[in-house]
Amino acid sequence: MKITMEHGSGGLATGRLISEIFEKSFANPVLSEMEDSAVVPGSGRLALTTDSFVVDPLEYPGGNIGRLCVCGTVNDLLMRGASPRYLTCGFILQEGADTEQLIRITTSMAETASEAGVTIVAGDTKVVQGSGGLFINTAGVGFVPEGREISSTECAPGDAIIVSGTLGEHHAAILSSRMKIENSISSDNAPLTDIVGSLMDSGISVHTMRDVTRGGLATVLRELAAAGGVSMEIEQKDLPVDRQVESFCGLLGLDPLYMGNEGKMVAMVSAADSDRAVEIIRNSRYGENARIIGHVTERSEGGKLTMLTRIGGRRILEILQGEGLPRIC
Amino acid sequence: MCVAIPGRVIKVNDDATAVVDFDGNTVTAMSGLTTVRPDDYVLVHAGCIIQVMNKKEALELKDLFSELEDM
Amino acid sequence: MDADIRTFLKEYDGPDVNIMEVCGSHTAAIAREGIRSMVSDKIHLIAGPGCPVCVTASAYIDRLIELSYIDDTTVVTFGDMIRIPGSRGSLRDAAGRGAHMAMVYSPLDMIEMAAESPEREFVFAAVGFETTAPAYALLLEQLMAKKMTNVRLLTAVKLMTPVIDWLCRKGPRIDGFIAPGHVSVITGSDAFVPAAEKFSLPFAVAGFEGEDILSAIYWLLKSKGKGRVVNLYPEAVKPEGNVIAREKLEKFFEAGNAAWRGMGTIDGSGLYLREEFSGFDAGSRGLDRDSKYNEACMCGKILAGRAEPADCPLFKGGKCTPQDPQGACMVSFEGNCYQSYINGEQR
Repeated sequence: MKITMEHGSGGLATGRLISEIFEKSFANPVLSEMEDSAVVPGSGRLALTTDSFVVDPLEYPGGNIGRLCVCGTVNDLLMRGASPRYLTCGFILQEGADTEQLIRITTSMAETASEAGVTIVAGDTKVVQGSGGLFINTAGVGFVPEGREISSTECAPGDAIIVSGTLGEHHAAILSSRMKIENSISSDNAPLTDIVGSLMDSGISVHTMRDVTRGGLATVLRELAAAGGVSMEIEQKDLPVDRQVESFCGLLGLDPLYMGNEGKMVAMVSAADSDRAVEIIRNSRYGENARIIGHVTERSEGGKLTMLTRIGGRRILEILQGEGLPRIC
Repeated sequence: MCVAIPGRVIKVNDDATAVVDFDGNTVTAMSGLTTVRPDDYVLVHAGCIIQVMNKKEALELKDLFSELEDM
Repeated sequence: MDADIRTFLKEYDGPDVNIMEVCGSHTAAIAREGIRSMVSDKIHLIAGPGCPVCVTASAYIDRLIELSYIDDTTVVTFGDMIRIPGSRGSLRDAAGRGAHMAMVYSPLDMIEMAAESPEREFVFAAVGFETTAPAYALLLEQLMAKKMTNVRLLTAVKLMTPVIDWLCRKGPRIDGFIAPGHVSVITGSDAFVPAAEKFSLPFAVAGFEGEDILSAIYWLLKSKGKGRVVNLYPEAVKPEGNVIAREKLEKFFEAGNAAWRGMGTIDGSGLYLREEFSGFDAGSRGLDRDSKYNEACMCGKILAGRAEPADCPLFKGGKCTPQDPQGACMVSFEGNCYQSYINGEQR
């Protein structure tokens, strides 16, 4: 079977590649939890994660691959309630890559690392033949306090589902450059350090957190519903979407529910804590547009995600199938 | 099919194209199928202006909906 | 929207009615807005062949893929076509094996590409209905004005009115049509009057918001048995449509027979470049051979509204999924099977 672009979309094809090849080959119970980072015993409880970054173009409105790789890794650690500490980064540079650009990228990484309170402590560089691009692989380490259990299986019926801000900016920014549509959409790539830190400090019991990345909000929530064995209901009227992003999606026949972010997250807390949690997120950096968008309704094998549409209909949402390509028809 | 949304003409070029704005997204669309003027609301499909939207008609639609309710 | 209309639709308990739409964007809008959950079980919304990429014969896709492997040629396409399988795989599969393919939002983007690489040949996958065909006419005007010689079209343009006539004669029992909103911008709402009168069927030209579709369904129920057309999208659709657009189509294209995937050939249902513009044609005529990617595929019947996804053994048996599509109805976002699948109708 040849690898196609669909295997990289974050949707169903990616999931199957992971379970059929990687999970199978590496088989171990920690990996099989399929959480954003792995919490393992060590000196204190370690959270570990790894990620690879292949975004094209390397520099896009609002960021670049450097900022992206630090944010992505830091956020994966934060989603388990870890305090991120150390990052490694391995660069695979293609022949022809531009060092001026590389300096801009590494400067971005350093600035973002400083913003997120992490240190880049190890790295590697390789060069391969190619056409001037580059890829970055990272690993991240953080520490989780004893007793803190934040994962997909902790959410419960009645929990409120909160999203930290508007949907789809990152994917829309990248696609805008590729499809040559001019706008001022900027990637939202950002570390969620302030939001998560404030939530952890508040004493609120946060059950589940996940960042909204490839595949978009619908994919992330559907995966959480399946992992947690619960049904979830969200309301379209409550989804925060910027008008410019919404119109951009309208132009290309895309759905903001399936457009990826790189600086937004969902959090599930008990209904009693939900208003306070939203306020805390709104007062945190990058969380100004946080909203409650729905609730976990009941236990259900395999999980289910339903949306109440603006006109009052019900729509079942599944994981992104395919790549979410633009359409004219 | 077909994916088309209304936008506002912000500039008419002299090569049968016009610049159309969609809430901050701008597209240079082919304008040879209609006569367009700046500020017109137009329907754009696949980078092509297929119609100038008619606000008067849009208001009459509201009457049509009331008629529907009387059916 | 009036609460009475909503209640009427939800509680309708009259004879079963079949309402067909023939526009992929209507199929998608119905799913997106959750329309089926808002109308009673006696109102059956049938998705007809409104997805132009779904109804393209496999021979066309095979030819496109062949062209994309030629060293100095790049196939340029809208996103829709990329994952549709021909008889042996899709453009996306071919790109993975070194074929040359580029995706654009507008044909204008291709002109830029072609101007920047005059030594390369560019073939545009010119698929669509009456809504998109005029864009190809304008594209040709631009190519001629700029005296460009390295761009050709491989066309698979189809017409709505002949297929509607075919459906009324050979399709399932239909009580009313939601007429395609953007095709109507070009053809005019009057284009449906002949079929309405010939078959005594109501046609409601509708836009794409939830309220538009609900209003159309309501009007169709109230107009059952009457051969008439109502235009519920007057801000964009005129009775006479876009006359300039049709004149340009007339200038560059002529009607001919066309193969609709899984449905057979429908007379006069395709548009082909006229002889004098054959220099811009990459060999569009005769791409009628239609072979199934999977013998058990029922896309043809489903597209014609004669079967539902749930009737197809591949759909029911979980062998045809968006992940592993066996036919066009599952690949395309607006395909009937894809929409059914993601709305959980398989389980």
